[in-house]
Amino acid sequence: MGAQPASDAPRQHGQHDAAVVIDNLAKYFGQVQALRGLSASIRYGRLTGLVGPDGAGKTTLMRIMTGLLVPDAGRVTLAGFDVVKDNDAIHVASGYMPQRFGLYEDLSVLENMRLYARLRGMDAEHNAELFDELLEFTRLRPFTARLAGKLSGGMKQKLGLACALMARPKVLLLDEPGVGVDPVSRQDLWRMVQALTDEGMAVVWSTAYLDEAERCESVLLLNQGQLLFDGPPQELTAQLEGRSFRLENVGAERRALLTEALDLPSVSDGVIQGAGVRVVLRAGEGTEQVQALADRAHVELAPVPARFEDAFIDLLGGGPGGTSTLAERLPPVELGSDIAVSCQNLTKRFGAFTATDHVSFEVHKGEIFGLLGPNGAGKSTTFKMLCGLLKPSAGEAHVVGLDLRRATGAAKSRLGYMAQKFSLYGLLSVRQNLEFSAGVYGLEGDTRRERIEEMIATFDLGDWLCATPDSLPLGHKQRLALACSLMHRPPVLFLDEPTSGVDPITRREFWTHINGLARKGVTIMVTTHFMDEAEYCDRVAMLSRARLVALDTPDALKRMTASAQRPDPTMEDAFIQLVEAAERETAAAA
Amino acid sequence: MSNAILSFTRLRAQFVKEVLSILRDPRSRMVVFVPPILQLLVFAFAATLEVRNVDIAVYNQDAGRWSHELMQRLDSARFISHVHLVDSQRRLHELIDRGEVIAALAIPADFSRTIAAGDSGRAQVLVDGRRSNSGQITVAYLSTIAAEVGAGITPDAQAPTPVTVRHWFNPNLVYRWFIVPGLTGILALFSALLITSLSIARERELGTFDQLLVSPTSTPEIIISKSLPALAIGTLLGLLMISAGVFAFGIPFTGSFALLLASLVLFILSVVGIGLMISAVSATQQQAILGAFAIGVPAVLMSGFATPVENMPTALQWLAQAIPLTHFLVIVEGTFLKAMPAADILANAWPLAVIALVTLTLATLLVRSRLQ
Repeated sequence: MGAQPASDAPRQHGQHDAAVVIDNLAKYFGQVQALRGLSASIRYGRLTGLVGPDGAGKTTLMRIMTGLLVPDAGRVTLAGFDVVKDNDAIHVASGYMPQRFGLYEDLSVLENMRLYARLRGMDAEHNAELFDELLEFTRLRPFTARLAGKLSGGMKQKLGLACALMARPKVLLLDEPGVGVDPVSRQDLWRMVQALTDEGMAVVWSTAYLDEAERCESVLLLNQGQLLFDGPPQELTAQLEGRSFRLENVGAERRALLTEALDLPSVSDGVIQGAGVRVVLRAGEGTEQVQALADRAHVELAPVPARFEDAFIDLLGGGPGGTSTLAERLPPVELGSDIAVSCQNLTKRFGAFTATDHVSFEVHKGEIFGLLGPNGAGKSTTFKMLCGLLKPSAGEAHVVGLDLRRATGAAKSRLGYMAQKFSLYGLLSVRQNLEFSAGVYGLEGDTRRERIEEMIATFDLGDWLCATPDSLPLGHKQRLALACSLMHRPPVLFLDEPTSGVDPITRREFWTHINGLARKGVTIMVTTHFMDEAEYCDRVAMLSRARLVALDTPDALKRMTASAQRPDPTMEDAFIQLVEAAERETAAAA
Repeated sequence: MSNAILSFTRLRAQFVKEVLSILRDPRSRMVVFVPPILQLLVFAFAATLEVRNVDIAVYNQDAGRWSHELMQRLDSARFISHVHLVDSQRRLHELIDRGEVIAALAIPADFSRTIAAGDSGRAQVLVDGRRSNSGQITVAYLSTIAAEVGAGITPDAQAPTPVTVRHWFNPNLVYRWFIVPGLTGILALFSALLITSLSIARERELGTFDQLLVSPTSTPEIIISKSLPALAIGTLLGLLMISAGVFAFGIPFTGSFALLLASLVLFILSVVGIGLMISAVSATQQQAILGAFAIGVPAVLMSGFATPVENMPTALQWLAQAIPLTHFLVIVEGTFLKAMPAADILANAWPLAVIALVTLTLATLLVRSRLQ
């Protein structure tokens, strides 16, 4: 961006001056200690990541830094102003983008920008030039007349950023800007933030996603209101050097192997990466146990570079074990056919707009099948048609051989569904939620009692039965949602962005269950924006502009997009490449 | 597992969920319990069309017998709380201007003399037109007093009373006898309308509605499970108001209780259908509440509760027939005061059944169309 920050403060103060100084900060909400004894500093010209699991205190810290919350102890200065005493100055010096930026959905992109400019007391003449820059910068120019409510998640975030940048703040605070944003839009956000820090602005990016943290120049790692680490992510990662390994090309047995690996005492963490299994050893442990496992499976064990996520999990004491108590209790799924879900020429039109355009695929029994695509590519429309929430305009969708249009009730009783926000009844207790799910799926008498008790035992919900779902810790909430959707033992489970905004430990626990279910023959359909989750899938369907553009295993997709410059692309690289290639094709055809 | 259109197990699960949601949601609780109590108090004690406790001013220039007689009667009239005696026409105007009195009486100096001469005495009445309704009623009361004075002048002559009015069913025209039965309908209308209009919108806000739609439950089951709690609460409130009318306000209940109860249930069902239609098209609970009031308030105004349906233009009279409350008001007022015969109740109950059938069907279609 050509625009200068409000003043040349960074140059005045020199590069080593702190933009934000946090000194022994504490904040309580009733009994809850949101922040305790936090001290840190944030520098100009740098992207600082504020990292931590849900409930770590990230948003509380952000809101204190912008002067929206008053701390109970300690002090914070931002650009030299005390956040409490010079509260008015803080609003000028800082730009804040909350998790859900206050865009006016019934105003157009340009009208939103004008409104925020006026709120900042800026004159119209000045605006024209600045607006040009911001529109250029955010690549929103083609959409100036579109209503904010009609923008995709990624575009909303960019518009929010444009509005937050209106006053040319010295410090920009972004609260989880990456949630619900596809990799292509996220790349845009990164590019914009990079340009801003190059100009000397201090940018704080809070996130629960560790691949994002790894891209920051410096991170503040929070857990339960305390600062665990302050410094460049590489510094933390370096401590883990020599502890990360991958069991290569395991193939079909990788889920079983991951379970075994995670149950080894020397392994602290493990995930599936395409056909391989990535493991992290506990501090001071040797490779003997893992090597033995690799030998037994006749696969190669190769050292891999440590990631920030490894260090994070290690710092929090390692991930959960590999055995899913849920899957252990479940009988194997028996299906008449090997095809669990299928669709032929599935099409959905909303007026003149085609959201899903002749999509066909088949999903095998026991497969984990991922549905990926940028915001607005038709991913959720396709997903909704497959689980019976939308009626297709043309084409057919079958679940366990039943046509969703004809045998609606029968097909629906064979599928489980877990939505993004854990759709639980907040006004009902945990037990009442379980009882409702059992009842609505027609479970009666002893079966009903047994299943409910089984779920309570499996997911360790016994202590929470009378609590409301909202008061549960995030991990337990997720367990409850999973319990409710599995009560009727569906052979097919639909997961709609199941771990959006969820921290890595809770996500690992979730995937342990999902892997266990898949091994029992449950077919899993999942949509996600997170590429490390795509790695857990057996096959991935990539959607772009309503069309199916690629369908293969994660490894095959990565290989497909390998080039001379990038011989070993990540899933995220593959995603961006495939989407861009598809867009070029559409453009060439037009 | 049963895949029938209606399954008792699924229905019971949803019914329990609905009841708990209504009772535990502070917003629903407010909607259900606060307005009935407030409305009962406000309408029963404060809102009345009778004129009471008003002040009037009198400028009496006559010292004779007849003006004295008139003053005595004014003093003892129960609707007047205070008579201001003033000594100039200007002061009279002032009191009306300031709104201190609703009407003023100016008695000319020759008032008694004229009457003694066998003529008709004339007094001037000034009324505050800003309060036109109460003003008119006050004038009517004053005329009655004047007529009584007039009757006293010629006691020997046959009293000129050509018309004696007798009010049937409510002989003393007690306003509460009319208001409280009507309130039964209005309260049941609003509670049923709000409970149902919040029900789907609440689930949509929480994201649980999708969860419900992917389950094998059918649309009729959703509609039934959302109707029953509203029906139960609405009926209970209605019965509460009826017993308040009978036992607390002593309103005579002359008709058939069984027929009234049946009509109440039909009436609430027709309202539940409207509420569910509002809920099916609302994305948030706020929209649902707005929608409920946008429908509910005009429905009350057009139902004949405040103004007679016969006074409205023909087109609106037709529209009023589509409002459930219009029919129910006829039934409830008739049952209370005039022992309405079964045939007349049925004549007003069948339109309720038709409206219920139409609104509930439309609600089912609207909920189902959300799946398209």
